[in-house]
Amino acid sequence: MLSELLQFLFSGLTVGAMYALAALGYALIYNASHIVNFAQGEFIMLGAMTAAAMVEAGSGLPLAVAAAILASVLTGACMERFAVRPARGAPLITLLIITLGVALVIRGVVQVVLGKGNHALPAFSGDAPLRVAGATLVPQSLWVLGVTLAVVVVLAWYFGRTLSGKGMLATSHNPLAAALVGIGTDRVMLVSFAMSGALGAIGGVITAPITFTSYDAGVVLGLKGFAAAALGGIGSGPGAIVGGLVLGVMEALAAGYVSAAYKDAVAFVLILLVLMFLPRGLFGARVTERV
Amino acid sequence: MRPFIRHALLALAGLTASLAAQAQGEPIRIGAILSVTGPVGFIGDPQQKTLELHVKRLNERGGLLGRKIVLTVYDDQSDPNNANTFAKRLVDTDKVDVLLGGTVTPTAMAIVPYAERAGVPFVSTGGGLALVDPVKKWVFKTPHSDRMVAERILQDMQERGIKRIALLSETSGFGQSGRKEVTAAAARFGITVVGEESYGPKDTDITPQFTRLRNLQDLQAMLIFCGAGTSPAVAIKNYAQMGFRLPVYMPHAAVNQEFIKLGGAPTEGVRMPTTGFVVPDALEDGDPQKAPSLDYYRSFKEAYKVDASPFGGNVADALAIAVDGIRRANGTDRAKLRDAIESTRGLVGLNGTFTMTPANHNGLKTDSLRIIEVRDGRFELVK
Repeated sequence: MLSELLQFLFSGLTVGAMYALAALGYALIYNASHIVNFAQGEFIMLGAMTAAAMVEAGSGLPLAVAAAILASVLTGACMERFAVRPARGAPLITLLIITLGVALVIRGVVQVVLGKGNHALPAFSGDAPLRVAGATLVPQSLWVLGVTLAVVVVLAWYFGRTLSGKGMLATSHNPLAAALVGIGTDRVMLVSFAMSGALGAIGGVITAPITFTSYDAGVVLGLKGFAAAALGGIGSGPGAIVGGLVLGVMEALAAGYVSAAYKDAVAFVLILLVLMFLPRGLFGARVTERV
Repeated sequence: MRPFIRHALLALAGLTASLAAQAQGEPIRIGAILSVTGPVGFIGDPQQKTLELHVKRLNERGGLLGRKIVLTVYDDQSDPNNANTFAKRLVDTDKVDVLLGGTVTPTAMAIVPYAERAGVPFVSTGGGLALVDPVKKWVFKTPHSDRMVAERILQDMQERGIKRIALLSETSGFGQSGRKEVTAAAARFGITVVGEESYGPKDTDITPQFTRLRNLQDLQAMLIFCGAGTSPAVAIKNYAQMGFRLPVYMPHAAVNQEFIKLGGAPTEGVRMPTTGFVVPDALEDGDPQKAPSLDYYRSFKEAYKVDASPFGGNVADALAIAVDGIRRANGTDRAKLRDAIESTRGLVGLNGTFTMTPANHNGLKTDSLRIIEVRDGRFELVK
């Protein structure tokens, strides 16, 4: 019994950490610009595909990871500079549609350049499963959880301790006031997209040995990441992490104790319930409407 | 519907055929609807290349009955709605004599109603049994059906003395149809399905399902009815992670080098049924599928400079059946052509040898499926 539960938790936390990284990417851009960036899943795919292509071409893993992050960062920055910034001031819905368009472009380019096949990265430290109290997990799961934790710590430090991070927070609260006190809001936007790209690439690279990747892998990841972000409260860092992990664990428990057929349904019904009672998610800002 | 039409890819390959084929008279018009792009583009793309290449080769040898072959291919983008629209267009506007394709079962099924109504022979490449069971007057198909695949797996289990199995099936149409056939046929082979689980084609972790299956008593084998893509590799990795030591079976959807590349060491020993065409090197020299299969791969590589995928075989067979029918009907009268296709006898194709009857519009036998096993990172024939 206990070993079963442990197995479901291992499975859920690994998957949940992937969702959490995607959700963090949403949170970053939402914080800086109030845009929900539907190309976030494509950043993840782009990172994983770039790294896989590099490894298949014979480069070492560290170089491949660096190239993957670079590719996604550049893509994120270009997206901000050439797709989002020219439409500044447009209604949010227009900006959302722009991000969807960028997602299609990224997917299309990867499909043409890197092909339609599926790819894998080698596991960072072997495939031999570890046994813990009757349950098993692969070493890569520890990598996923560890790197997610490291990313969270770095982001917390960045937003809490650095001027640039605080500037980003200020911009999210009031862009005009932030500009008046001398914060380059253009730069903040650029940095947030670039960081989201980096986050996506990291997520893609560490999960690719488990999930594999292909040009269309970003769609599902983007969707689940968005669900996790909504569950946790969009724009909230801790919310993204908790939302991702809760979603992953719920799915695993549903698959294990109910039926795999209802896995996604259980997770999404849960999200609906949470949003019904807490419309801003678990960690969203509590705001009272002034009438 | 207009935007769909505008997006369509028009490939008039017949027009590019060599001038050497100075064929006389009205050309023979062959229409194909393939999923060249979209989710199953990886199947439709090699199909289109195969069809264009084979038609070109026929025309270079003087065409068919002294007439040139004109091929029209439309890309349905893996969308059954488009397939339906293109079926109308091929018949009404392009006036084709025979329809080919329908890359997968859903798109093929979308072409069926129009082929039936207009009375045009349709040789489909979808795998689903529903295409030819119940028999439809104008519809034929070239791949083995899910039922034959399921029965071939069960037959091999029976030969190994396996009686109690667990079944993990993908929630896709293919996986569920396979699940239905396995559960329906198991008893006939003296096999009991002790436990059942399912998983989604995009799932990245199915250890919870395996945890449930692990608790079953006296299991002798695991049957993972997966679809194509990453799903077989994810399943086999999770299976190995859970420490199972039972023989594993998978359907033919897993038979490609990608499965071995992605799945790694855990794929060793996995058994699956497949046509000899997929593993030509493993076939014995006298095997009827060996020479045509090797020729197919060689000519494809020469023409396109990339390795051929096994998915092209279905459409090559569809073309071969249509061409054979046109020859025997001595023309393209649709009713005569249909009758000729229905009386196809002993036509050696890539999937096997086709012998059709009014009750059997597929014409393949279960024994044309061979059981292969992964050994040292390669597919080897189990003898």
